[in-house]
Amino acid sequence: MERTPPRILVVLPAYREERSIGGPVRSLREHYPYDVLVVNDGSTDRTSEAAREAGATVLDLPCNLGIGGAVQTGFQFARDRGYDIVVRIDGDGQHEVEDIPKVLEPILAGKADAVIGSRFLGETGYRGSIPRIFGIRFFRLLVNLTTGYRVTDPTSGFFAINRRLIEFYSNHYPSDYPEVDAYILMHRLKARTVEVPVRMYDRTEGISSITAFRAVYYMVKVTLSYLINCIRRFG
Amino acid sequence: MNRVTLFAICASAGFLLYILEMVRRRKLREEYSILWLSGSALILVLSLKQDWLVVLAHAVGIVYPPSFLFLVGILFILLILIHFSIAISKLHMMNKKMAQEIALMKANREENAG
Repeated sequence: MERTPPRILVVLPAYREERSIGGPVRSLREHYPYDVLVVNDGSTDRTSEAAREAGATVLDLPCNLGIGGAVQTGFQFARDRGYDIVVRIDGDGQHEVEDIPKVLEPILAGKADAVIGSRFLGETGYRGSIPRIFGIRFFRLLVNLTTGYRVTDPTSGFFAINRRLIEFYSNHYPSDYPEVDAYILMHRLKARTVEVPVRMYDRTEGISSITAFRAVYYMVKVTLSYLINCIRRFG
Repeated sequence: MNRVTLFAICASAGFLLYILEMVRRRKLREEYSILWLSGSALILVLSLKQDWLVVLAHAVGIVYPPSFLFLVGILFILLILIHFSIAISKLHMMNKKMAQEIALMKANREENAG
């Protein structure tokens, strides 16, 4: 009996990315067999049109939900349409579309429930600002100490998940900064995770005082929500 | 009856009536009115029966009875604020679910239309 190939959906959350969203969508449509979904997180510029013109299916959220809520809508779409695998990638040029097959490979081989692209594995040439690196180190410690996973890049927004996690995340996905939190959820589901090296680029260099405050808020908020997720019940 | 007692009775009775009227006109949902109603009823009772206030204050070891009133007031306000935070969180979650449903439904509709 011939097995049907797995159905793969690439989800790109987008907020005010009318200029950058077309590029990755177009190259996905031209060179890869995956379906492409852009989740427009309430932006009122031409993000939605640009994504449609480039050939993506578009979900338009009526208001801005934040990255977690937007990505979750993509998972819900995948759940409703019976996709087997979702790849989540940024539409603003931080990630490379060409790395997607590498991220998919362990899931397709049945070796993992989630594959996370890491900018710190191998020679990926990642250069981030000092506070960002510090934050990543902090979360790496937090995740590795509490889950037993060996994680190098806990804040990576480039990952692929299988059907089981698609269904779970459709109901439970953190709203603001979901990636670190996702690890504790996966740990509690006893999901098998694998990291693969990917290229990643910072959008901007240097930090202003506002983003420094935000960085601290981010650290506190994520740590709190992470620790609460350790003791929360999931029905 | 001294002036401050009269004032306290009028104020708390007026407050109680105002809350009841808001609920009656459906400007305030019953579930949110419970805390307000019990709070204003408590103040009304304590203004009518000031010796109860003294007894209660001494029972918890507060020498100066009006301090006890402040304490009750502050705790009551805290309770109401927590109640609001919970209500807002609930609305936030419902709003998120609805936005997601709308986005998914729009996509379905577009697909069916063409």
